[in-house]
Amino acid sequence: MSERDTTADELVPEQQAEIEPAPALTPEVPKFEELAQQAHTAAALDLSRGTVLEVDNLKMYFPVKSGGLIRRKVGDVQAVDGVSFEVPRGGSLGLVGESGCGKSTTGRLITRLYTPTGGRILFEDRDMAKLSKRELKPLRREIQMIFQDPYTSLNPRHTVGAIIGAPLEVHKVVPKKQILPRVQELLEVVGLNPEHYNRYPNEFSGGQRQRIGIARALTLNPKLLVADEPVSALDVSIQAQVINLLQDIQKEFDVAFLFIAHDLAVVRHFCPEVAVMYLGKIVEIGDRDSIYAHAHHPYTQALLSAVPDIKQAAIGGRRERIRLEGDVPSPINPPSGCRFRTRCPIAQDICARHEPPLLQIGKRHKVACHFPGPIGAHPDAPITARLLGTDEVGNPDPGATPSPQITNKPGFDDTWFDLDAKTFGRA
Amino acid sequence: MNDPDAFLVVEDLSVEFPTPDGPVRAVNNLSYTLGLGQTLGIVGESGSGKSVSSMAVLGLHDADRTKITGSIRVGGTEVVGLNEPGLRKLRGNSVAMIFQDALAALHPFYRVGSQLAEAYQVHHPSASRRDARRKAIEMLDRVGIPQPDSRVDDFPHQFSGGMRQRAMIAMGLINDPSLLIADEPTTALDVTVQAQILDLLQDLQREFNSAVVIITHDLGVIAEMADEVLVMYAGRCVEYGPTKEILVSPEMPYTWGLLSSIPDVSADIDARLIPIPGNPPSLLSPPSGCSFHPRCAHVDKVPGDLCATQLPELLEGSNGPGHVKRCHLANPQEVFRREVLAEIAPDLVEES
Repeated sequence: MSERDTTADELVPEQQAEIEPAPALTPEVPKFEELAQQAHTAAALDLSRGTVLEVDNLKMYFPVKSGGLIRRKVGDVQAVDGVSFEVPRGGSLGLVGESGCGKSTTGRLITRLYTPTGGRILFEDRDMAKLSKRELKPLRREIQMIFQDPYTSLNPRHTVGAIIGAPLEVHKVVPKKQILPRVQELLEVVGLNPEHYNRYPNEFSGGQRQRIGIARALTLNPKLLVADEPVSALDVSIQAQVINLLQDIQKEFDVAFLFIAHDLAVVRHFCPEVAVMYLGKIVEIGDRDSIYAHAHHPYTQALLSAVPDIKQAAIGGRRERIRLEGDVPSPINPPSGCRFRTRCPIAQDICARHEPPLLQIGKRHKVACHFPGPIGAHPDAPITARLLGTDEVGNPDPGATPSPQITNKPGFDDTWFDLDAKTFGRA
Repeated sequence: MNDPDAFLVVEDLSVEFPTPDGPVRAVNNLSYTLGLGQTLGIVGESGSGKSVSSMAVLGLHDADRTKITGSIRVGGTEVVGLNEPGLRKLRGNSVAMIFQDALAALHPFYRVGSQLAEAYQVHHPSASRRDARRKAIEMLDRVGIPQPDSRVDDFPHQFSGGMRQRAMIAMGLINDPSLLIADEPTTALDVTVQAQILDLLQDLQREFNSAVVIITHDLGVIAEMADEVLVMYAGRCVEYGPTKEILVSPEMPYTWGLLSSIPDVSADIDARLIPIPGNPPSLLSPPSGCSFHPRCAHVDKVPGDLCATQLPELLEGSNGPGHVKRCHLANPQEVFRREVLAEIAPDLVEES
């Protein structure tokens, strides 16, 4: 209990029953020191425990049909196109990017709300990309989802008890009699009053509804939670409550998180590892320090420089930033080669001819760019030309052969491409 | 600040809505001033009265169902109690508003260009339709819409989110208003688009020397845009002053709570994310005394039950004139430095 969010601590059922209009509002506020001790610092990376989920070259194409009577297929929306990553056991991976980059689709593929067009989803070494509905049912217990909008993701005609208890009934985990005690236990875990199981969602505030959504996701003791923008619909003061609650849950129940969000600061706090997506592809993936302090991809750099910073108040005015022109291109007809090249400040000829491979350039840092480097220090010549077997503008070079080191597999290797020496080496 | 001749002067503004459950006082004794070329940021949670107070500036509340007291003067014109023709002259012409949800604010059946032209023609009755269309194209170009002469005939659904927000800004600025109220202008947008829109607002403000009120809950946006900040809680102003002072040395625990509950992209890894406990109060039965006291973690540092019984006055803090706050704490600076900053930004404590 000591680890839990403040509202949970004071929940004595007899006391709460008397306060009718405001559910789960604590009469006593803890002192600031206590409040601070219950709050979490940024999550740390633990590599010793292996992975719970491996996604390998995952693809999702949605067909685009023509109008008229015969709706012929005229193209594909390449929502997710060859994405590979790993989620550590009991850890969390953040997925960031602009709207339309495919991050939510990735989340829905992993929960198998969609059937992928290609690629593998290895959950505990079992490929679940092609499983049928019946084969999937036991796996559904292990992977659950927290949705963005707590107003539309809860059925307004069901009581909270029915919403949270439904998975127990569907999966027949416990006898009917034990469903209610389990529901009340879960309500307590997420900091709500267990006596409120027979209320309806409309009697709760946005933050409390999100807690109900979290309780529902926790019902079956999942090993992986896909959290799709879990806090972006909430008020600022409530966001921190929910983030702390998710961190409590992660520690207590040892669940791994795939945390999908567009708020780079929230992801930085919650996730020790982050993947940046652009137009269906991962452009950069790495640990917190690699992404936030040593980003090598121009898109990540532009994204980070666009985030307004509170610390700027001490200096005044706007922060220097990399301006991206225009909008994200259509995923129906993405640009050739590197998909970011149409908005990239450092794009050259090779970018239109060849797609940059996701190249490991540090211990836990991969980047998909022909010219990776810190801001203002991008190399002049493409470092990938030799690996791809081309010359510097991207024309095939008869003397060179493509390097076998270029793969699109999840995870990180012990050897990587050294940007200074321009060769593969061991650390 | 406190300049009676400023372009926008709001004095003792209160807005009350009668509801079946009793009167709701959404804004309570709010006062601020804003000069031309200046930007005021209003922050607060939903239901804190930030949008209601700004809508009162445009006279958007139904006069029969709302009780508005106090005074709002825009360029010398009193808005409270002004009749409808007077308000119409004001709206769009000297005051304009940009709303959060551009898709809902633009009419889906009409072309973007005709909606812009209408805003122009209403205030320029002598202008021909061709002039209005030319003006619409010019404004779309000004806000950075590519190929404005063809996009002017598009419908709102054909625009992307960022373009719609640009079109809204174009519509707001088509009559060169001296006061622009932006209600959460970038909340629904991606960071890169948000940066473009904020750039645009700043450029346009510089060009037209207009006064801007920006309503947001993102303190980062405030830090980069606003000259002064007004923090609202439960309908009242709880802290008001220059941006730098409010964000660097705030003196009100609610502002501390806002700062500590938002992670920062460049924060120390050891920084904690400390939420404000509880939920915002219901305005039907606001708490006694300081309306923040049921959620305040520093109540124990004030002797007796002063916080629960007496509403603190909006008084000058230790930062000198221009920075006012509503709090009973005797030594807010010390508490903030020693306790709050140590947890939320340990790196800053060592520096000072």
